[in-house]
Amino acid sequence: MTGILSIDGQTIPFEDGQTVIEAASAAGVYIPHLCHKPGYTPHGSCKLCTVKVNGRNCSACTFPAADGQTVINNSAELQHDRRRITQMLFVEGNHLCPSCEKTGHCDLQGVAYHLNMLDNHFPHFYPQREVDASHPDILIDHNRCIFCNLCVRASQQKDGKQVFAIAGRGINKRLIVNSPSGKLKDSDIHVDDQAAHVCPTGAILIKRTGYQVPIGQRRYDHQPISEVALAEAGSHDR
Amino acid sequence: MYEHLETAENPADLKRVVVDPVSRVEGHGKVTLLLDENNRVKQARLHIVEFRGFEKFIQGRPYWELPVLVQRLCGICPVSHHLAAAKAIDQLVGVDPANLTSAADKLRRLLHFGQVLQSHALHFFHLSSPDLLFGFESDIGKRNIVAVLAEHPDIGLQGVKLRKYGQEVIRMVSGKRVHGTGAIAGGMNKALSRDERDYLLQDIDQIIAWSVAAVALVKKVHTANLPYYDEFATVPSNYLGLVKPSGALELYHGGIRAKDRNGATLVDHFDYCQYTDLIREEVRSWTYMKFPYLTSIGQADGWYRVGPLARVNNCDVIDTSLAEAARVDFKQHRGGGAVMVHSTLAFHWARLIEVLHCAESIAVLLNDPDLLSPDLVVKGEKRYEGIGVIEAPRGTLFHHYQVDDDDIVIKANLIVSTTSNNTAMNESVRQVAAEYLSGRELTEPLLNNLEVAIRAYDPCLSCATHAVGKMPLQLELLDADGQLLDRLVRHGDGAFEHARS
Repeated sequence: MTGILSIDGQTIPFEDGQTVIEAASAAGVYIPHLCHKPGYTPHGSCKLCTVKVNGRNCSACTFPAADGQTVINNSAELQHDRRRITQMLFVEGNHLCPSCEKTGHCDLQGVAYHLNMLDNHFPHFYPQREVDASHPDILIDHNRCIFCNLCVRASQQKDGKQVFAIAGRGINKRLIVNSPSGKLKDSDIHVDDQAAHVCPTGAILIKRTGYQVPIGQRRYDHQPISEVALAEAGSHDR
Repeated sequence: MYEHLETAENPADLKRVVVDPVSRVEGHGKVTLLLDENNRVKQARLHIVEFRGFEKFIQGRPYWELPVLVQRLCGICPVSHHLAAAKAIDQLVGVDPANLTSAADKLRRLLHFGQVLQSHALHFFHLSSPDLLFGFESDIGKRNIVAVLAEHPDIGLQGVKLRKYGQEVIRMVSGKRVHGTGAIAGGMNKALSRDERDYLLQDIDQIIAWSVAAVALVKKVHTANLPYYDEFATVPSNYLGLVKPSGALELYHGGIRAKDRNGATLVDHFDYCQYTDLIREEVRSWTYMKFPYLTSIGQADGWYRVGPLARVNNCDVIDTSLAEAARVDFKQHRGGGAVMVHSTLAFHWARLIEVLHCAESIAVLLNDPDLLSPDLVVKGEKRYEGIGVIEAPRGTLFHHYQVDDDDIVIKANLIVSTTSNNTAMNESVRQVAAEYLSGRELTEPLLNNLEVAIRAYDPCLSCATHAVGKMPLQLELLDADGQLLDRLVRHGDGAFEHARS
């Protein structure tokens, strides 16, 4: 079964079971997001994909598409709110793009560019967070974790493991590792696991691979995140 | 020679004059003078007043971040920090300089020639040429690159374009003019494409021609003002730097050579990984910048100079023909007998000889097919300590790191070029204060003489203390009771404010 909805005045089709963001992506409409990834169960936590559906704020990654919906995606108000959300993500962690090895590949940075984020707006928290370099091949830099839950979902749903979880609430929220010591070296993660590669920021990295891709050949050097995300959603659908 | 002016016996009774900050240098420093009632200089110091602490905050980071992280020490010579760190982390993955692939070695050398070219051009044309072309005590309104462009447009434009070319070399190799990537542990992350190589080749002949003209210009300025240029701020010293195995000028990799003031060799082809046996650093309470010295000579007389003057003095030959001819000319400018050139203002001349050497070397490398090779990275067995040393534009630069089992940096030591010149800069400041200022009524143009002396070293005070600089200027004249007599402020927008009490 299929239906029709409108997004920013453009009429697009959808298939039964699709969420708003899936329908939009299939029609070539980018909705900014960080915790959403095609092929993963929706999580609805980052709130960047918030759209107005029939006048009501909804997470496009969790909200089912329905016939006759009127969706507002690219309004000044929504873009402003998304920019504020992104600014909060930056100040709550320690995101030092100039020296970060994820620069040019980073979804958080890509979204910030897309949203025309020119400053942090909020004061920096400068939290004290650890680097877990105990694993021989994988490193966690907690300074850059945005709690998107993608590594948690990847480990559970793709790798069949339980390596990661999010613990705590609010300002005390943190990524934890399921091992007796709490260190990655004592978990059963493997460098080929999807959980080791899914991080949208520079929080989970493969060791000794940083900066190997030259400037000019990085993920977002030539295409903005809006185009890359749509292309990847399209390839996933195929 | 002027050590007695480092600390006055009775500072409380003296007038204090401050040049803060020193302008047209990288970073933030100030000069203080203490004068008696007859304006005789009793104490003169160059203070480096800011602190950044890179050595501390890179602890806890993975080693492969180092070349990209530490290059943020500086916006002028980031490539030198990038490559010194890269040479150090090569060792952490078991790769010594001789084991790099030919392509990686040459790409790094090309990158560094671009760096030295652009930094030297910036220093000479943008920062120092106003003093040299208009006079040390000329109208302050003229002492800037805009006035050079207005009155000597050919010289000014050539300077701007020389610098731009160096930056373009850097961009082609590392992806950005400032703070790119390029060097990774064990090699490089990309070769040059044919298009990039051809883009750089099209202008290189012009760059060499302008470099030749620049050497002729500085020679003309220097020799037209002999013996003043040979004596101003001049402090006979030891010299230290890298040389090739052949004894030729070297900017990327070699052994350490040190000579004394008479030209006698103190050490030669010394393995820089043993640098802690060669050099120690002294701390003094009135500045954040340390004072390195040659251990074998000792704290009092073991200080040395690094940078273009040291390199051109130390080397036996330069392996590019035009620069070599310029070196021979330079060494003989006082007649055939002078073994070492101690003139502090000759730093400028030596610097431009190096510009010419860089331009010629870039031309040689651009015609080398290895630059296009995809054979870029090698790896060996992990080590826990890495030391990288390079000849940065301002002199010998040491990076030393230790890592733990998890690849995390646990210890770092950086000795940057300007730090090595610390004693020499202070000695030059004291010489100028004693010989040119003492007993005279101090004016802003007169005080510029102090800055001219410091500027000759092209100090990077940001690198030296790892500190950020700001460029307003404030002069205060206090009487013996500490009362403000005169105050001159240059604001960030260039406006002047004169407040007489």
